[in-house]
Amino acid sequence: MSVSDMNDTAFKYSATNGIQHEEALLFEHAHDAAESIHLPGVKGDMPNALAVFARQNPAGIPGLSEPETVRHFVRLSQWNHGIETGFYPLGSCTMKYNPRVNEQVARLPGLAHIHPDQPEETVQGALELLYEVQQWLGEVSGFPHVTLQPAAGAHGELTGLMMIRACLDARGETERRTVLVPDSAHGTNPASAALCGMHTVELKSGPDGRIDLDVLKAHLNDGTAALMMTNPNTAGAFESDVKEICQLVHDAGGLVYGDGANLNALVGVARPGDMGIDCLHINVHKTFATPHGGGGPGAGPVAVNETLAPYMPVPRIVKDADAYALQGNVGTSVGSVLGSIGQSGVYMRANAYISAFGREHLHKIAQDAVLNANYILHRLKDAYHVPFDGVCKHECLLTDEIQNRHGVKTLDIAKQLIDLGFHPMTVYFPLIVHGAMLIEPTETESRETLDNFCDAMLEIAAQCEAGDTDALHEAPVKPFRRRLDETQAARKPVLVWPA
Amino acid sequence: MTISANVKYTKDHEWVRMDGDIATFGITDHAQEALGDIVFVELPEVGREVEAGEAYAVVESVKAVSDVYAPVAGEVIEVNEELEGEPEKVNTDAFGAGWIAKVKVIGDGPVELMTDDEYNTFLEE
Repeated sequence: MSVSDMNDTAFKYSATNGIQHEEALLFEHAHDAAESIHLPGVKGDMPNALAVFARQNPAGIPGLSEPETVRHFVRLSQWNHGIETGFYPLGSCTMKYNPRVNEQVARLPGLAHIHPDQPEETVQGALELLYEVQQWLGEVSGFPHVTLQPAAGAHGELTGLMMIRACLDARGETERRTVLVPDSAHGTNPASAALCGMHTVELKSGPDGRIDLDVLKAHLNDGTAALMMTNPNTAGAFESDVKEICQLVHDAGGLVYGDGANLNALVGVARPGDMGIDCLHINVHKTFATPHGGGGPGAGPVAVNETLAPYMPVPRIVKDADAYALQGNVGTSVGSVLGSIGQSGVYMRANAYISAFGREHLHKIAQDAVLNANYILHRLKDAYHVPFDGVCKHECLLTDEIQNRHGVKTLDIAKQLIDLGFHPMTVYFPLIVHGAMLIEPTETESRETLDNFCDAMLEIAAQCEAGDTDALHEAPVKPFRRRLDETQAARKPVLVWPA
Repeated sequence: MTISANVKYTKDHEWVRMDGDIATFGITDHAQEALGDIVFVELPEVGREVEAGEAYAVVESVKAVSDVYAPVAGEVIEVNEELEGEPEKVNTDAFGAGWIAKVKVIGDGPVELMTDDEYNTFLEE
C-alpha cells in the first residue's frame, strides 16, 4: 500500500494483504541437490514378503531443505484471511474467535499425550472431563443422553439418522424411509439421508422463510421416517411452530431430527429437547468455540431422548460411583461410528470454554450473538433488501435486489468487501432467496468492528446508488489473487503437477 | 432471456418437446440464468425408467447443485453426452444444444404442463 492510500479509510478498514510476491509450487522450488531428510539405506536384504512392494522408481518428492519448506508454507499463509487477521462474518459457518486459553488446556501433557487405547484406570482424569462435556451438552440441549463419537456435524447427522432408522426397524416399520428436508436446509441433510439408505423429499418454505405447516401435512404419510429441521433455520429465523411441527411428525409415526448447527443462538436460553425434537447434533466448533475441522479433528456429538437411547453408538462413557468407564456392549446399538470415543482434544477445549462461562453466564453467548446480528440487520435494512421481516437470531439475511437495479450482484458486493478488509459474508445461500447474503457476526465482535463492517456495506450501497459501479465489478484489487474464475476452476480444474 | 414456443413447461423450469412418442427434456433459459454458469451435468443412464416428476438428472453450477425433474414418464433412450465435456451448452443454448435426455413416453403422459404464454405469465408472477 502506498503512503497516499493511508488515509482514515485505510486504517478504518484494516486488514493484511500479506507479502505480495508470487509463490511457486513446492515442486517448482525443488532442487534435488538439497534434500532436507536423508533416510538410511536398507541394511541387508529386504524380507521376501515385502520385496514385491519395493519401489522401482524414485518417489518424486521435492528436494528442499527444512527452512525452504517452512518458508514456502509461511509465505502462502500470508495470503490468507483468518479470524486472527480480520472480521469473518461467514453466515451459517459461525467463524467465532477461539479463546487461546482453551488451546492451553487441550495441550496439557496429561490430556495431549495419552492414547485412545490406554487402560481406563490410567486416564480417569480425561474420561472425567469428557463425561462432564457429555452431561453439559445434554443439559444445554435438553436431552438425557449424548454420544461424543461423531467426528463432524455431518457425521452426527448420519449417526442420528442411523439411530432413527434402527428405532423404526425395531418397531417393524421397515417401509419408513422418507426423510423430509426443508428447502432452506444445509446441503449435508439430504446427503446424510442418502448415505443412510433413505430418500429425501424437499419441503418448500412458506412466505416467511419458515416451515409451512400445510406443506408439511401434505407430505406426511406412512412412509415418513423423519423430518430434519434446523432451528433457528438458515435464514436466521426461529421456527416458531416447532412444537406443532414435532407433534404432526410424531402423530404421523415419524421422528424429528434437529440440525443443531445454529445452537449458538439458543444456548442457555431455549432447549431443542423441550421443543419435541428427538435427536440433535451439536457443532462444537460453532457453539463452544473449538477450531473448525477443515479436514482436521472435528466433533459433532449427538444428543438423544429416551426413544432413541437404546440405539446410541458404543462405547459410551459411563460413571460408576467415582470411577469412569467405557461401556462397550449394548445389543441394540448401531455400533461404533468412530475408532475411538471421540475427538478428545476438541472436547477438552469445549470443556474449558463452558467452564469459563459456567451455568450462570452461558446464555450470554446466545444473547450477544443475536444482538450483534440484529444490530447489523438494523443498520443495513434500508440500504439492502431484507427478504423476511422481523428480528433475526444469530445471523441476518439480505439480498442484492436493490443493487441489482444498478447491475451489481451479490458476488460484486462480496468481492468489494475483500478490498475493504473484510472476509465476505456467505453468498447465494440459503437457496430460497435470490442473491442471498447471509451475515453472522458472532458474539465475539465489538461494536466498533460491527460499525466498521456496516460502514463498508453502506459505502458499497452508496456507490451503487451513485452509479459508480465499475470498481465493484473489478473488485478485489488489493489482495494478491484478484477475482478468480470460479467457472473455469470448476469446468477445467488443474489437479496434478506437472499440469 | 428467451422462451421457446415449441415446447411445454413445468413449474420447476424444465421444458419438454414432444415428437410422436419421443420426448426431449431440458431446463429453461430462465433456469440456466438463475443457476449461473453450469459446470457439470449428471446424466441419467440409458434404459432407466423415470416417473413424471422424478429427479432424472443433476445440474451443478458455481452457486448450487439442483435436481432436474422429468416432465413426463418414460424410458430414457438417449442422453446428451456432449454435456459431459461442455456443460456450458446448457447456458448458451438451453432449448437447443443444451438438451439433456430423450425418453420414450410411457403411460398417459404429463399432468400439469404449461404453454409458452402460460410459462411467461408464471414467471412474471
